[in-house]
Amino acid sequence: MDRTRTRTPKAVWVILAFVVATIAGVGTEYAHAARRLVKIDGSSTVFPITEAVAEEFQIEKRGRVMVTVGISGTGGGFKKFCRGEVDIVDASRPVKSVEAALCRKNGIEYIELPVAYDGIAVMVNPQNNWVDHLTVKELKKMWEPAAQGRITKWSQIRRGWPEREIHLFGPGVDSGTFDYFTKAIVGKSGASRGDFTASEDDNVLVQGIATDPDALGFFGLAYYEHNRDKLKLVPIDDGNDSNGKGPILPSAETVNKGTYQPLSRPVFIYVSKEAASRPEVDEFVSFYLENAGTLSAEVGYIPLPEDIYKRALRKFKKRKTGSVFGGKGAKMGVTIHDLVRH
Amino acid sequence: MNRLAYNKLVDRFFKLAALAATIVGLVFLFTLVWDIAHDGAGRISWSFLTSFPSRRPERAGILSALVGTIWIMGLTAVFAFPIGVGAGVYLEEYTKKKNLITRLIEINIANLAGVPSIIYGLLGLGIFVRALSLERSLLTGALTLTLLILPIIIISTREALKAVPFSIREASYALGATRWQTTYRQVLPVALPGILTGTILALSRAIGETAPLITIGALTYIAFLPESVFDPFTVLPIQIFNWVSRPQKGFAVNAAAAIIVLLVLTLILNSIAIYLRHRFQRRIRW
Repeated sequence: MDRTRTRTPKAVWVILAFVVATIAGVGTEYAHAARRLVKIDGSSTVFPITEAVAEEFQIEKRGRVMVTVGISGTGGGFKKFCRGEVDIVDASRPVKSVEAALCRKNGIEYIELPVAYDGIAVMVNPQNNWVDHLTVKELKKMWEPAAQGRITKWSQIRRGWPEREIHLFGPGVDSGTFDYFTKAIVGKSGASRGDFTASEDDNVLVQGIATDPDALGFFGLAYYEHNRDKLKLVPIDDGNDSNGKGPILPSAETVNKGTYQPLSRPVFIYVSKEAASRPEVDEFVSFYLENAGTLSAEVGYIPLPEDIYKRALRKFKKRKTGSVFGGKGAKMGVTIHDLVRH
Repeated sequence: MNRLAYNKLVDRFFKLAALAATIVGLVFLFTLVWDIAHDGAGRISWSFLTSFPSRRPERAGILSALVGTIWIMGLTAVFAFPIGVGAGVYLEEYTKKKNLITRLIEINIANLAGVPSIIYGLLGLGIFVRALSLERSLLTGALTLTLLILPIIIISTREALKAVPFSIREASYALGATRWQTTYRQVLPVALPGILTGTILALSRAIGETAPLITIGALTYIAFLPESVFDPFTVLPIQIFNWVSRPQKGFAVNAAAAIIVLLVLTLILNSIAIYLRHRFQRRIRW
């Protein structure tokens, strides 16, 4: 037994005590101290628009209000939003019923506001000379769960197409883009074959399709716009002549007129009603809706018609809460006018 | 072939194999550095270092990420150094009798050093963000990274202490010094270069960590500087990660430039480690 054993360096205890005190005592106090802060999180698809708005807003406010924007995906964003951890969530699809239930449980009411359109582009390699267009039926044949391990060649999609393997690329299963695509094409959100190359990083998908002559993939139109030379865009025929006859290419015009169907969708922000009572959040959301038209176009999205923004702003000012989708997540056939009814 | 010639052959072969192993690492490092420098060196400028992120790649800079990284590193060092060294000193100098509990602690620390960093992120999210409601602040980030590098600091502290000859301690005790006096005046000064090297290497691991910080919810877009440790933040790896996944070519160039800045920061940290080692080593004369 050592006689000196009980002597512990005092300095160590002092430092430990200091650290513990910092964490426990002061932490909770200051963490909630009011700094004029607007906290946003959510979809990576909506991020560029929100980032652009946040940038301009902070320039206009000259540093009096601070805006933070995170990326945790639409699902991850709603989780934080419904815990009251953020003021606004970026959503590339409408709120799902489980998320709506979580929000209700925690007493968080939200205002649903469309901010732009995003077209989902279907692309093949530029060397692919056989695909001139695709129908929704053909896309379904490729992507439905039953296709797994069975549909492996282009010749199985349409007669006359080559006996070559087909290689599929798509966004990760947590993304709103994936949810929407499967809902629009297969009919059920999230229903898809599993044997395709999935990546959360759209640049990986661009690389994949650009280097593989047998590739086909889908992702947001903004990524196509910046990689036009490496990809071949495929026109889509939804078999419904009432919204444009035959195969239609995605563009600002076809998305806006609603003829590029079913692969165009509005993207949203959801604002907490409670947070909206804070002046900085109220100002930010108003600024968002006033400038989303120009700014969304600048970062590669398709703006909504001008009067939709005006009506969305009125809906926000009236604090009209709830989702027109009834918490069903991705849903077809909701018009842009339904979204801003107040 | 006689025995001698055979042994010489084996010797030469081993030398070549070792050389090849060294070259593999260097080739990859140089390819990476060259590729990054080629893409990003032209983008680095004063305004790149002093601008906030922007939707326009040519206007975007790394100010908030750079400042966030420096804050996080400083805070992590302040938290991790005393705790790590303290734990190392306790385990090495004060628990000479190996019993079940100290063994258990040792095994656990060794295991913790190998736990994937994202697990620490989840721990940080559970404890600091939610339980202690520190939110997504600099403090949360630094404490999470502290947990991440503590095992490394403890282990390197212990190694450094082990390397101090036992006769030094015995001589100190023989002169009537207490354990604290022996540790503080004799053992720690000798072990300090080793401890500092270990700490700084651990910090340069932490500087590149993205996963735990994304897990606790460090932010992607921040266009202001933190004023206190309770403010939200972003760091260079997260800014790079975000830029790499953007469609515009300009952001890829920005990412390359930010990687260079991160590499330079790491290099500076490592140079400090080397400097400190040399400086303290020269002073010791027995």
